Parts: sequence; structure tokens; C-alpha cells
Amino acid sequence: MTEKARLARRLPLLAARARLNRFLRAHLEGQGFLEIEAPICVPSPGLEVHLDAFVVENAGPSQRYLITSPEYQLKRLVAGGLEKIYALGKVFRRGERGRHHNPEFTMLEWYAAGWGWDELATSVEALVAGALRTLTGSDSLGAVSLATPWPRRSVRALFEAHAGVALDGDESAEALRDKLARAGHALPSSAARWDDLFFTVFLDVIEPKLAASDRPVIVHDWPRPLAALARARADDPRVVERFEAYVPSPGGLLEVCNGFGELVDPIEQRARLEADLETRRLRGLPAYPIDERFLAALGDMPASAGVALGVDRLAMMILGVDDIADVLPFAVEEL
Amino acid sequence: MYDTSDLRKGLKVLIEGVPYVVLEAQFVKPGKGAAFIRTKMKNLLYGGNIERNIRSGEKIEQADVEDRQMSFLYKEGDDFVFMDQTSYEQINISKETVDDNWKWLKDNTVIQVTFYNNRPIDLQLPNFVELKITHSEPGAKGDTSGNVTKPATLETGAVIGVPLFVNEGETIKIDTRSGGYLERVKR
Repeated sequence: MTEKARLARRLPLLAARARLNRFLRAHLEGQGFLEIEAPICVPSPGLEVHLDAFVVENAGPSQRYLITSPEYQLKRLVAGGLEKIYALGKVFRRGERGRHHNPEFTMLEWYAAGWGWDELATSVEALVAGALRTLTGSDSLGAVSLATPWPRRSVRALFEAHAGVALDGDESAEALRDKLARAGHALPSSAARWDDLFFTVFLDVIEPKLAASDRPVIVHDWPRPLAALARARADDPRVVERFEAYVPSPGGLLEVCNGFGELVDPIEQRARLEADLETRRLRGLPAYPIDERFLAALGDMPASAGVALGVDRLAMMILGVDDIADVLPFAVEEL
Repeated sequence: MYDTSDLRKGLKVLIEGVPYVVLEAQFVKPGKGAAFIRTKMKNLLYGGNIERNIRSGEKIEQADVEDRQMSFLYKEGDDFVFMDQTSYEQINISKETVDDNWKWLKDNTVIQVTFYNNRPIDLQLPNFVELKITHSEPGAKGDTSGNVTKPATLETGAVIGVPLFVNEGETIKIDTRSGGYLERVKR
């Protein structure tokens, strides 16, 4: 295929992306956020069990990886006194290619010292709705209205309403399995871990409900086993200050961001990283190093909220396309 | 056994003892969760589709099915008679199994037939077929706007919508997946 034929349909979409990037920068700068160019090649790519990093060979005295998110470095800057910052850049995750995934993609990540997760979720709503309005002049995607404020639902409320299950967050994997099975959910025998059981039902019954809605939703108060780098809620430590925005769009339901009330306790953070490392060892996954400079800085980090938003998906949402390749100059298989 | 990375359109798998063909397979990954393959599959024995989210890394049983290239010979009562392209063996396939595919079957069309326990259970036609129009009223002059169509009877007996400028006696190309007219074929 010639380059002209390959790009024919995509040219207007790529031009729209350039406008989108200009909007995102102007929007955040208007609210006092400082742009940071985060490093791409780092000593630790993060230990999250379901993320697989690209290894950079011959990168110096120690092994280097491509970032899966710039969060360690950005949090060190927040700890150093930069209270409102953002980074717009590429991140890399091996093996991810689907309609909503490309191994190299663009992430917008922003942090605000002193904000709660709910203030940051409001900031996400304003940014996404503002981007749509700037590019299309409209507040809606077909029948879906993005007018703010968006509905907010806790993970517990969603499971109660759509899965018929009362989720606690501190039950064992066996107890969760029993609950889900009693409510009639089909569970593969191989799904043994808490998170695998949770996501089996989330994909089977919760996502279809969110996809059929005429409103986006902020899903918050995630159960403790899915805490990642979020802090526990002070009034209920079985859930953490984590939120995600889901937008039903013409190309399907899009999960556009993931945000945290940030965990700033270095002891708790080390314990979580070591638990991830242990899971990685048990599963035969690569054991990436713990970033000690990140942990050392965490003790100085003020209470903060931070969020990462998939810019390619935001572009898909605005432009109404169903394959991420349509908003990329080159999808991974086209390189 | 198949890995989830093998899942793609056309793969034949066994789920709870029943053979299915994969219609769609899509990589999905919820935030902070494991990857899944979201699949849509057709039941090869009883028809009907199911949707399954299969966690990445699971093993999937292979359906013990065999695909054979066969050419369509003729109709015999309610049956359709096909010939194996390799062994020249002739077999009858019921109209229930042929289903809507009869619309695109003319003599000597080569298709793929799926056998399960030596029983034909599914047909896969080529994506595109060329068929002659045996009857169609002339299109009204002047009315060429938009997507206006008129009925046309094909040599197989099927009736589909074609654009007004297409005439009886012409051969057209059809997408068998959508059942839609694509273009006229110059002969």
C-alpha cells in the first residue's frame, strides 16, 4: 500500500490530534500547571503485575527500561516543591495491541499538590468536555451528553446494581469467588486471584452497562486489592482513593483515565512494591528493580492527587473512530 | 490446545464440549487488570452466537474439526450435493446446514465445508462471488439519486437490491458476508 493510500482517511484525524494537543496544553497552563518533559528511559518501569516493559540494552552501568508511565519522576518533582505539573508524552507497554491499545501511546499525566481525588476528577471532566467542545463545537457524542458534572458511582454501587454482589474489598479471593458464583456469574476455573475474578465480572456485566449508558461516569472507591499507587480512604480502608472515567462513545466504551489520591507513605508504598515483586517472582514475570529514589522522595511529597489520561483514546472519542490506529500516524504493525 | 494469542477469526475451538468458530477476537485490558480476549463465537452445531471474555494465558481446547474444499454440484430435493476437491467423494448437505449460503451457491463454486465427527456442520463461502442477474425491471430514468435500489433476481434464485443502472443479463460482484451488491463485472 502506498503511503498516500494508507493515510488517505487519517489525514484529517491527525490534524485534529494536533489541535487536541494544543488544547490540552493551553487548558492545563490556564489552570497554572507547568509542563514537564519527563524522561523516557528509566531505571525502573514500575512493578505493576499486568504491565510488561521494554528493556533498553546497553543503556549504561545499570539496566534501563522505557517508561510505562512517568509517575515516579513526576512525583519526585512534586516532592521537590513543584505543586502543579503535567507531562504530555509517550509511554510504552509491551504486547498491548487491540482496538484501544498500541504498545507506544500518548499519555497526559497531571498532579496537583493539596487537591483531593474528587477535585481532580472534576478537572478531568472539564478537560475532556472542553476538548470535545473545542474540536467539535458540541457537548455530546451522538446520544451521549458530556455536560459536566458527570455521574459518579463507586465500584461497590456498580457491583451491587449490576452484578448483584456486595463487594467488601477485604474478602479473600475464595470468599469473592463464592459470592460471585452464588450470584450466578460464570467464572473460569483458572481465575483464582482476587483481581482476575473481579475483572472477569467487570468485563462480563459492568462494562456492557457502562457502554449502554447515555452519560460518562467517574468510577471511584476501588477495592483495596486494586489499589496500585492510591491511598486508602481514611474512613474505610477497604477501598482506596482511585477513580477512572468511562465514556460511552461511537467507537465503544472508552476507559480514558486513571487517577489517585496519591499514596505518600513510603513504608506502605515499599510494602506494596515488594508484594508486586513477589507476585512477579511467583508468576515467572520479569522482576524490575524498586526505584529507591522515588521511595526516598515520597516522604517529602505533600498530599496530592494525580491522574493519567490516554490521549489517543481521547482523540478516538472525539473523532468517533473505533481503532486506535485511525488516530496514529503509524500503528505498531505499520512501522 | 490453543493459547489466547492464537484466537482469531475463523479458529475452531471447543467450549464445554461444543465446537465453535471464532467470529471476532479483540484484545482488551482493563486498567490495572490482566489482558482478556473479547470473543464472539458461533456455535457450529446448533447455530447462535455467544460472547466470551477469555483471560490472556488461558488454554482453549481445539475443536476436532476438519475443513475440506468442496465444489457445489447440484440441488437434490432439499439437499445440496457437493464434491470433495481431493477425493472426488460426493456428499449431500441439508438445507438447514447450508442455511442462507444457498443464495450465493452456483454450480462449481468451491467452498470450505467444516466436518465434526464426519458430519458437515458449517460452510464458508468465498468473501466475494460473481453472479448473473436473471431478472430485473429496468430502473426508472432520472431517479439516480442517493442509494435507491431495485430488486434483482440472481441465477441462484436469490433476490437482492441493486442500483437502478444495473440491468438484467449483467453479472455483479457480491460480498457474501454482508449479502450486499458491490459492483458490475465487465464480461
